[in-house]
Amino acid sequence: MDRTDWPFHCKMNHEGTMDENQLFEELLQPGATWSHILKRGTSLRITDIQGSANVGAIFYNRDNPAERYNMPDTLKAQHIARLTSGAVLYSDMGRILCSITKDLVGWHDPLSGCSDAAGVDAKYGEARYQSHRNDHHQNAYDGFVIELAKHGLSTRDMAAPVNFFSKVVVDETGGMHFISGNSQPGMFVELRAEMNVLILLNTCQHPLDPNPKYEPRPVRLSIRKTVPASPNDACRLFRPENERGFVLTERYFL
Amino acid sequence: MTKQEASTLQVSNARYDAIIPAGEPWIHEIARGQYFRIVDIEGNQAADTLFYNAHDYEERYSAQNTIREQANIYLTTGTRLMSSKGNALLTIVADTCGRHDTLGGACATESNMVRYAIEKRHMHACRQSFLKAIIGWGRGLEKRDIVHNINFFMNVPVTRDGRLTFEDGVSAPGKYVEMRAEMDVLAVVSNCPQLNNPCNAYNPTPVRVLIWDPMD
Repeated sequence: MDRTDWPFHCKMNHEGTMDENQLFEELLQPGATWSHILKRGTSLRITDIQGSANVGAIFYNRDNPAERYNMPDTLKAQHIARLTSGAVLYSDMGRILCSITKDLVGWHDPLSGCSDAAGVDAKYGEARYQSHRNDHHQNAYDGFVIELAKHGLSTRDMAAPVNFFSKVVVDETGGMHFISGNSQPGMFVELRAEMNVLILLNTCQHPLDPNPKYEPRPVRLSIRKTVPASPNDACRLFRPENERGFVLTERYFL
Repeated sequence: MTKQEASTLQVSNARYDAIIPAGEPWIHEIARGQYFRIVDIEGNQAADTLFYNAHDYEERYSAQNTIREQANIYLTTGTRLMSSKGNALLTIVADTCGRHDTLGGACATESNMVRYAIEKRHMHACRQSFLKAIIGWGRGLEKRDIVHNINFFMNVPVTRDGRLTFEDGVSAPGKYVEMRAEMDVLAVVSNCPQLNNPCNAYNPTPVRVLIWDPMD
């Protein structure tokens, strides 16, 4: 093995082939929570392995976690109520935490929040660790709060989650409708970190998913090297607001 | 979801009655069972509002829980304003406006720079007022406690294809929204100073806040 190429094993993807841009790959199990500091200059690809996955996600500036993902600022700056490639995730400080650089799904839900213990018990019934071991029923809120605590953060810091791979349509009267089957096996979304981002992910089911069975799905995570947004970057050009968002983010690192 | 419903409460019987001038914050406790009304005096004025459990600020308003629990993005009569812990903070019991927003958030100097121009940093914004209010309150609330708020009297429609727009207000002079507190709450209102979009009809005006004691 060429020692200068360390860590060699990380570039090997799950199919056993070499991927020069991959830094490491990990399987995120159903119902599990994960966190990572996604460095500026890297990206995260989340792949829906079986289809119909849901990945709740919350985002913070790891250098100052009081700055965090802001749902309204993200929606109103880009005039959107769904997320797909071209869109960026704004912090409350006018900066871009992550850009959505690739997306095979077309719609990710920023509106609906996450499941909690009472909702999961009511919908799927109780399944505790004593009887179910690691198949016990989990909920996204508790998963996020426990993971936040590992980073010195608390329930006061709980930000509004994005639900990747899920689609919720709003009708003319404001009614919210979960659209089943939004994501197919193998579809992925890729987030490019524009800051050093503390990202928390959770694979519990979407809180509006009408599926009566407790069936969270696994996803594959790939952390990759990436290049900074060019002057012609699709996310930068998506809206005039995003150009200013990138300028303010770049100034933060000057 | 648009439901206009008037209140039977008389202004003369209110135990608290105050005016919040445009661009100013207001912070006040409301006891369980009390009724809280916000009046859009001159029309088309956004009242950006946050609520906390008065005995545990960790429990606070959640925009996402509120819209998800009723499966509808608009707030009106019957809407239970949900907390981060899944409890109702207040219930909207009367609403002569018919629709209120909770997706548009509060304006900030930083978001104004993104949305309009970097040179607009100096313009007054709701999150300046929120910070002023909670710092002045002086009981440990910090920036991280400022979560996504309610915009009373504001109209932010979402289309079926996932677009979000800011429309002219659906409000008019004298329209009001009234809530019953389901627990003791701390209310924080920023009477919005935004001049860059139609949320205040480009002319921010005062709102009136009233509190009544529980009805027997």
